Amino acid sequence: MSTIVLLLITGLGLGALYFLVASGLSLIYGLMGVLNFAHGSFLTLGAFAGWELARRMGGESWGTLIASLLLGMVVGALAAAATEFFLIRRLYNRHIEQVLVTVGLALATVALFDGIWGTDAIYVTAPSWLSQTTEILGARVPNDRFLLIGAAVLVLIGIVAFLRYTRFGLVIRAGVENRSMVTALGIDVRKAFTVVFAIGGAAAGLGGVLASHYFGYVSPQLGGSLLIFAFIVTVIGGLGSLSGAAIASVAVAILQQFANYFWGGTGDLMVVLLLAVVLLVRPTGIMGKKA
Amino acid sequence: MKSLTNLSQRTWWIVGGVLVAFAAVLPLLNISIPGVLPGATYTPGTLQLLALALLFASLALSYHLLFGTAGMLSFGHALYFALGAYGLGIVLQQTELTLIPALGLTLAVVIAAAYLLGSLSLRVTGISFAMVTLAFAQAGNVLVRRNPTLTGGEEGLRLDTEHVPDFFIGVVNTRNLYWLALALLVVVFVVVAWFENSRAGHAVTATRENELRVRVLGLRPFGVKLMAFVIASVLASLVGMVHLLLQSGTTPRATSADFTLTILVIVVLGGVGSRWGAIIGGIIYTLLDQRLTALAGSDAIADLPAILRIPLSEPLFILGTLFILVVLFLPGGIAGAARRLGTGTNATPLARKQLEEAE
Repeated sequence: MSTIVLLLITGLGLGALYFLVASGLSLIYGLMGVLNFAHGSFLTLGAFAGWELARRMGGESWGTLIASLLLGMVVGALAAAATEFFLIRRLYNRHIEQVLVTVGLALATVALFDGIWGTDAIYVTAPSWLSQTTEILGARVPNDRFLLIGAAVLVLIGIVAFLRYTRFGLVIRAGVENRSMVTALGIDVRKAFTVVFAIGGAAAGLGGVLASHYFGYVSPQLGGSLLIFAFIVTVIGGLGSLSGAAIASVAVAILQQFANYFWGGTGDLMVVLLLAVVLLVRPTGIMGKKA
Repeated sequence: MKSLTNLSQRTWWIVGGVLVAFAAVLPLLNISIPGVLPGATYTPGTLQLLALALLFASLALSYHLLFGTAGMLSFGHALYFALGAYGLGIVLQQTELTLIPALGLTLAVVIAAAYLLGSLSLRVTGISFAMVTLAFAQAGNVLVRRNPTLTGGEEGLRLDTEHVPDFFIGVVNTRNLYWLALALLVVVFVVVAWFENSRAGHAVTATRENELRVRVLGLRPFGVKLMAFVIASVLASLVGMVHLLLQSGTTPRATSADFTLTILVIVVLGGVGSRWGAIIGGIIYTLLDQRLTALAGSDAIADLPAILRIPLSEPLFILGTLFILVVLFLPGGIAGAARRLGTGTNATPLARKQLEEAE
């Protein structure tokens, strides 16, 4: 019983990380049709920014942790908005070229991070509470899982509230539904593009700082490894669907944890198998629009 | 002036034949190009690099068939390269088969895998297809890393030379491997050209432009797309096998998503949709990669201030930036730029004529 509780909560924590990456990917794809390969770099950049801050201020205090989370968000958002403004916008409506540009950006930035921070993993320090455990139903659950889950839930609520109750959110939702109609009504959708990129980047940057605490280290490869699972999550959840991404993140992460524990480390393979099954049964994903 | 693009199909084949003949006698000549090649063309080190360039050209051609001709953006092409390399390596290590039967067995496995995974991934199109192929390739990557007894894990797999003919082994015989790589490039080129000019090739090109219209005409795009996928995968696996012989082994990097992205970068740099572009891209990429690595370690870079030194000492940063610039400012890559230089305008003669008629 205690093992199952532990696996469930760890799975939820990992799922929270996947969601932080996948939510941005899914929103960006839904509105603009851009598959953003550079999303992992926003995450890595956020993680390094958080670590640099923690290194200067002393990593053990709660204030530093909160400040580093905020800094990660800001850095991720700025990087993403700049990417949209300088690269993606120039290739408006040329989806393959947009993907290619983000691929090039991902290659270049990972190499740049290698050059600046080195290829080795750098260990992070955190408030001591995070490395302790809490007992739930007999399971000793590491506390960082709760931080991850809490942050992901806040981000989910935040994005949903933003989409539902603000004018920009309205434009974005309408744009996902039918972009040419929104443009025809005289609304400049391109501003919404930058905003969506910034939101996605902020979520990824936040995810980066959290991931560095979950795994215990930062490295230039951090984003790339999470990005692949985020891609799978987005396809399973249905491209462009936020709720689909949330459900799929949790499902994928929990499946991964259980398969790793009970079937001898086959978690990654099980996830790919799940993807194959979903595609066979529902090619558009769980919550995807009918193609 | 007669422009480059007006040359007939036959002239191009003759030019190609002359180039191949020249490449074939290179190991017997003493040509040095300082700054591009590490030494004279008959030395094993240079031949190794040139053979690698030819292999990347072949691999780029196989990807051109997938992406340029059929319009399928795959992020898992490295899987089939790796399947060839690891498949042959494992068969040679675990069984008593000699090289040719081992090749045949590996090919059979590759065809089965490509058929199975291809028919599954082709259920979706566009971006979803890209992600699904990425996921399968990632599964391959995990399998390779997790089974060290069979694949050598992170260390990579070393070529078991017991059943490999002697003329492919040893530094002295690098030129035999070079000729093998050249022969493979010719084979791949002929197969790709043949497929593109076949009925299936025309159908697949039509599907790339407008799948719905092809359906309306009563054709089934799925079959020809799968055919293109399997042919491209088999060609990639052949390149993988020769790569295994050339490098005397293979590493998990061959299965990584980065490796597929490298192939994609090569094809886009060379020019999407152009067979010659893919070949030129493969050769330039290999030489550039080698030169940039040498440049990164040179004293000239080490003396620069940090803000210049760090980016310039990362070959991938320069390549990535170059790639972005090509996508932004040079649509059609090197081949497209050459064509524009040849015709002297930004439009092809046909497009220009259409524009004039429209006015």
